[in-house]
Amino acid sequence: MGIIHTSRIKSPWIMHFDNSSCNGCDIEVLACLTPLYDVERFGIVNMGNPKHADVLVITGPVNRRTARVLKNLYAQVPDPKMVIAVGTCACSGGVFHNCYNILGGVDKVVPVDVYVPGCAARPEAIIDGVVLALQKLAQAQGVAK
Amino acid sequence: MNPFWIALIAVIVVPIIGGLLAGIDRKITARLQGRWGPPIVQPFFDFFKLLGKSRIATSRMQFVWIYGYLVFMIACLVFLVLKLDILLLVFLLGFAGVSFALGGFSCKSPYSHFGANRELLQMLSYEPVLLLMALGIYAQNGSFMISEIFNRSEPLLASLWPIFIALLVILTIKLRKSPFDISTSHHAHQELVKGIMTEYSGPYYALIQLTEWYEIVLLLGIIALFWANPLWVGILIALAAFILELFIDNIAARMTAGWMVRFSWAIGLVLCVLNIAYLYLMKGVS
Repeated sequence: MGIIHTSRIKSPWIMHFDNSSCNGCDIEVLACLTPLYDVERFGIVNMGNPKHADVLVITGPVNRRTARVLKNLYAQVPDPKMVIAVGTCACSGGVFHNCYNILGGVDKVVPVDVYVPGCAARPEAIIDGVVLALQKLAQAQGVAK
Repeated sequence: MNPFWIALIAVIVVPIIGGLLAGIDRKITARLQGRWGPPIVQPFFDFFKLLGKSRIATSRMQFVWIYGYLVFMIACLVFLVLKLDILLLVFLLGFAGVSFALGGFSCKSPYSHFGANRELLQMLSYEPVLLLMALGIYAQNGSFMISEIFNRSEPLLASLWPIFIALLVILTIKLRKSPFDISTSHHAHQELVKGIMTEYSGPYYALIQLTEWYEIVLLLGIIALFWANPLWVGILIALAAFILELFIDNIAARMTAGWMVRFSWAIGLVLCVLNIAYLYLMKGVS
């Protein structure tokens, strides 16, 4: 089964979900897909469909409405899957952490594998986050990276 | 050589060629957009990764149809490599398309239904042209057999070039390239989510990719038939047509489904009918 494990690391398809972010981190995630950073050379493709995705890239703090949507999306991603919280708000709630409608970071709702801090997170940091998630996946499967 | 072994080798080798063509497609598309692009073997990584994912089923019936899509496509390919009847090949290609559309209709997702409806419109626009292509080959050769094409010294392209142009339009529709990528889109995923492929995940999505690789090689093989003697000229023409499709894909935006049907009938059907009428009336082909 070596080729399947190698392929998992070579082709992470991401799905990008915006909880209730200010759109700053979302623009940075999309900047990764532009010709300047061109993450497709690592096999990363942005999918609009959770059923085809491997990596959930989540921005913004979770509020009471998006928690339900986030759980639903997480359940629809087939295993093995990784979750990356991008931006300070997604990591901990950020400046919104005491608001009445905010639950906090993404890890209050779904398990998070990699935290990418920053307000907004830089594209280089996001790409580093995806690479770190893949290294964790490789270690979990006992495959040398 | 035994026909069984020819068919078996084709069924094994063709997906590898198709996957490499898909990789070249992504590389050239990236270079045209000023990006570096993924490695050429990237489609194989995607394929094996999808094979290793967990199976989520929304409807059991869709898996029957997706296996039907694969089996009919392989049957088309066997017809091509064993040089059998081209009319039956066109019919089998139609069955494959119908299986795919029914797979889209067999689950409740509205995106999937949307994509399946658009897939049926695509079939409406390309099937008549493919049938007329078979008729044109009959008018020229007096036989539907592909082996007869290989026996002629004069290439089909000399007398059937209007049908060849119509076939280039059909190739764009069948490969789901812009401006005809209406049932599913390879790049703008957000509009349709993924159209007819929305409900397939994991190994079943890998099966669809495998079938698409068979389809690329099958269609390029049909194009190569237009210069079958010597065959290497035909293969060069087919590769040139493939590169042309990539350029059209990158310079064109998606058009509406109604426009697609009007365009392919207005250009494709008129070219085909004029070609066949010319062969029968002017040259006195009986």
